[in-house]
Amino acid sequence: MRIFRLIPILALLIITTTSTVDAQCKAFAKKICIPELGAYTHDGNYHAAILVEGEEAELYKTFYSDMEYRVSVCGEDKLPAIEFRVLDANKNVLYSNKDANFAKTWDFKLQSSQQLKLVVKVNSFNKPGETPASGCVAIMFGFKIKK
Amino acid sequence: MTKKFGICSKILVVFLFSSLLFGCKSGSTKAPKETVTVSVPKDNTAVVEDIKQAEKIFNALPSPLESAMLIKSAGARFDEVLLNPVGNVNSYVTNKSMALNLGIYTCDLSFASLYEQTQLIIDYMNAAKKMADGLGILKAIEQSQIDKLEENINNSEVIMEIVSETFMNSNSYLSDNGQPAIAAMVLVGGWFEGLYISTQLVDMKEFNGNKLVGRIIDQKLSIDILINLLESSKGNPAVDDLIVQVRKLKVVFDKIKITTSKIRPEFDKTSNTTVLKSEIKTDMTPEVFKELSITVSDIRKTFVNN
Repeated sequence: MRIFRLIPILALLIITTTSTVDAQCKAFAKKICIPELGAYTHDGNYHAAILVEGEEAELYKTFYSDMEYRVSVCGEDKLPAIEFRVLDANKNVLYSNKDANFAKTWDFKLQSSQQLKLVVKVNSFNKPGETPASGCVAIMFGFKIKK
Repeated sequence: MTKKFGICSKILVVFLFSSLLFGCKSGSTKAPKETVTVSVPKDNTAVVEDIKQAEKIFNALPSPLESAMLIKSAGARFDEVLLNPVGNVNSYVTNKSMALNLGIYTCDLSFASLYEQTQLIIDYMNAAKKMADGLGILKAIEQSQIDKLEENINNSEVIMEIVSETFMNSNSYLSDNGQPAIAAMVLVGGWFEGLYISTQLVDMKEFNGNKLVGRIIDQKLSIDILINLLESSKGNPAVDDLIVQVRKLKVVFDKIKITTSKIRPEFDKTSNTTVLKSEIKTDMTPEVFKELSITVSDIRKTFVNN
């Protein structure tokens, strides 16, 4: 019968653990990633998820010719380097932070509005047999009106 | 008794297993390491392959703040009549109407903020708070933020920061608490409001070469993102209804042709910025614009007149 008493406790524990994880991811995005936007205004959107090393995430977004943008891609310290690439509709790579020493931010503006794709990849520590590292990865956008 | 115990044990195992999974997912520093490292096979290639396939996709619509900024940057005037009256707040009682109108009121709030409409800023922040509270979004908009807003009512930079922060509080809460359908509806509401205000502000006498018309055409680029965003919550009746409405809008957007040249990235050393150079050709007749405007207005009516 003790088991009956244990179930609600375990359920509560699980709910608490999940909320803590989520709160941590949001707090990480807020404290670490948004400040990287500097003088750009954060658009208010939230794109963050727990990713495991080797895992990829994709983001689709329209960018406007009237704006200047900064994208900030951050991963928790326990993760290996985060790679991100920006591609056009024909899958041409327009930018890769691999060529910029895995920079966390990229500033850009467009001559005409375009839908672009951002591919974010958590690199691998390459340690076979070990549990892959996992942690929060956040993608944040800041903008300002083009001068 | 034995049977009961058996079922209970199974439930317990499921709970324990779930707990273990959450621990693995979180990588929480509070959880002891032993709990997350058990039962991992020596050769975890297959596990990693599975993880790789579980790709995360974000369909990012322009936020209400960005939509409002686009309207302002196009040189449009402010018109309070176009906003959803704050007096409507009490008529939104379903999750769908509260989610859509959280997006709508946040867009109206952003619009009012950018045009320094001090009283409206407070009113629309309160309306957005009411929607967020109704959806059970904890700490989305706190009284301290409204107080800060009032104290800095003439400081547009601080106001935009607060609007951005409160909106992120809402959508992060919904995303992180397994409510992607509600999160999507908030974004859809905000996007429609931006499009509605834009279409209403176009002066047909100055249709050709109108910058705002250009920004409206640009929204065609987001229509598939919008559909994908909603389809990721397909099966939710409220979302399914929205998909039908958005598909109607897509039929009109499909009448607009956009052709773009190859994008050429050029790095500008002075500003440390990459310029994505490309030429774009679009065509939208006044007739198609009118059809678009009516379609947007009709759909928006279903959102605000509940």
